[in-house]
Amino acid sequence: MSLWEYANPVKFLGLSERLLPWLWALAAVCLLVGLTWGFFLTPDDFRQGSTVKIIYLHVPSALMAINAWFMMLVASLIWIVRRHHVSALAARAAAPVGIVMTLIALLTGAIWGQPMWGTYWAWDPRLTSFLILFLFYLGYVALWEAIEDPDTAADLTSILCLVGSVFAVLSRYAVNFWNQGLHQGASLSLDKEENVADVFYFPLLVCIAGFVLLFLALVLYRTGTEIRVRRTAALRARAARIVAPEGGLDA
Amino acid sequence: MRALLIRDLRLALRAGGGFGLGLAFFLIVVVLVPFSVGPQAALLTRIAPGVLWLGALLACLLSLDRMLAVDWEDGALDLLATSPLPLEGVLAVKAVAHWITTGLPLVVAAPALGVLLNLAPGGYGVLVLSLALGTPALSMIGAFGAALTVGIKRGGLLLSLLVLPLYVPTLIFGAEAARRGAEGLDPSTPLLFLAGITAGVLACMPFAAGAVLRVNLR
Amino acid sequence: MELRVSDLAVGRGGVPVLAGLSFALSAGTALVLRGPNGSGKTTLLRTVAGLQEPMAGTVAGAEDRIAYAAHADGLKAALSVAENLQFWAAVFGQSDIATALAAFDLAGLVDRPAGQLSAGQKRRLGLARLMVTQRPVWVLDEPTVSLDAASVALFAQAVRAHLAAGGSALMATHIELGVEGQVLDVTPYRTQALDVPMADEAFL
Repeated sequence: MSLWEYANPVKFLGLSERLLPWLWALAAVCLLVGLTWGFFLTPDDFRQGSTVKIIYLHVPSALMAINAWFMMLVASLIWIVRRHHVSALAARAAAPVGIVMTLIALLTGAIWGQPMWGTYWAWDPRLTSFLILFLFYLGYVALWEAIEDPDTAADLTSILCLVGSVFAVLSRYAVNFWNQGLHQGASLSLDKEENVADVFYFPLLVCIAGFVLLFLALVLYRTGTEIRVRRTAALRARAARIVAPEGGLDA
Repeated sequence: MRALLIRDLRLALRAGGGFGLGLAFFLIVVVLVPFSVGPQAALLTRIAPGVLWLGALLACLLSLDRMLAVDWEDGALDLLATSPLPLEGVLAVKAVAHWITTGLPLVVAAPALGVLLNLAPGGYGVLVLSLALGTPALSMIGAFGAALTVGIKRGGLLLSLLVLPLYVPTLIFGAEAARRGAEGLDPSTPLLFLAGITAGVLACMPFAAGAVLRVNLR
Repeated sequence: MELRVSDLAVGRGGVPVLAGLSFALSAGTALVLRGPNGSGKTTLLRTVAGLQEPMAGTVAGAEDRIAYAAHADGLKAALSVAENLQFWAAVFGQSDIATALAAFDLAGLVDRPAGQLSAGQKRRLGLARLMVTQRPVWVLDEPTVSLDAASVALFAQAVRAHLAAGGSALMATHIELGVEGQVLDVTPYRTQALDVPMADEAFL
């Protein structure tokens, strides 16, 4: 019994069908608890007032925006090395979720930025990096959409994801070099000294858990949809071959 | 490989090859800038390095989709793939040909256009140097984008969407070096970064481009 | 050394088109593929030429020995006949183009831009490209399209000379060339394609 068994689409569908109800429920509970706790049961920050509470959306979505790309990178590598269809489809399924997470992070950032920095948008390195990440997501999704043959699309998007990752990291450093910025440091780190106060910290952790679970549920669900689409196409192709083996396949 | 380079250069220079279009585009962009931001000399001096870099980048982008599309349509790419030349080499040569016909003229023309934008007197050398270091990377990254989109009908727009984010680091370091040069600061750090990126791109990108072209030829 | 195809299955877009093909092509022989339009001849030739992967089976003895010619000739309209041929000769590490020009009756057109040639002349130039490669195995997809009777005779003669010099040819064509060789009808290999799993089999 190896993990790779779930690379079989049918096995994967079975597993994800059993997991999905739990994931949806857990994600809903975590988000509900985390956001209620964060929004209504924590004190206002003495400098930032109630605007600080947007971190409960901003930080988790920003984390997931990056992790979604990272997950796509890993899935692309698995596709290139082991050629498991589920892996390629999971990468495809994650991209739109990643786009939405990036957008949420950018929008909540803008809403937070207005009272804090007096502007909705600044060409701060972190904001700029997210904007560039957003462009990478757009190109990746556009390439998937533009190619008809699914295996060709999987190959090309995987290589684009690899090359894009390298350039995303390069861009991150380039942007840092280009403008030092006014974004605050990391909200979360293992080094407790720099952390936000505990009273904000725990609801934030719950929110992050909620976003992770929500992301997993969405990706599993969307991968299932992609698998069913491919299955339908495969069944159609087989039916066409059985009914009309002499039929007009293009040579 | 040399035969391929000579053929591509010859094709670009003959009628209908499109040589000079990129240069003309560069000129027009630079001419349009004062119309859109105003003719104040001080403002133009400030933005000149960035505008020249952006114009050169867009002029490079403009001709990318013809880099492989012509050979794809007339079947030459299939024949090259069955020839003794490695596809990685074919793409590297195509990028070199693109640079010689598009990038190099831009580098040479940039100082003249700098005059139009009232570029600071000290900035010309660094501008040319930064463009000469950066534009080869633009051509090679472009070859990767062209290989990705070669099988797609009307892939030109998609090509831009895919390639432009990849151009970000080159643009940042190139324009930063040109800006520092124009303002009399030391441009060596961004120039070194730029050279590093170009070297890395030239070393690695042919393999990525060869891999995607092989997938597209299948 | 011969070209050996064993138990080959080829497909397009993950769907097998032909399966169970086996044949050998030794020096000095020709093999003509026949079959109705859309029966998979082009796919088979592209697979033998190495442009796409076989879905099953192997192609042996093809490495660096094949000169491939398809419907598109890969000619550059802006280059002259001689420049076009010289380019392909250089790519294949050769330099002699005079023999090929003479064989396809193109000597009078050397300085003409390829864009000004008629369809038949272009086709002849495309076939002359095969000769300058000096590769032993010709893989040809409908080589006689848009050729008139005289040009077909020139082509048949070139193939015969190629075979006599120890080369071999694998071609898909509908017309009788008068070239000695076996004929392989691919039609029976189509129906059996159902035995070969599709690339998308994992989804079923």
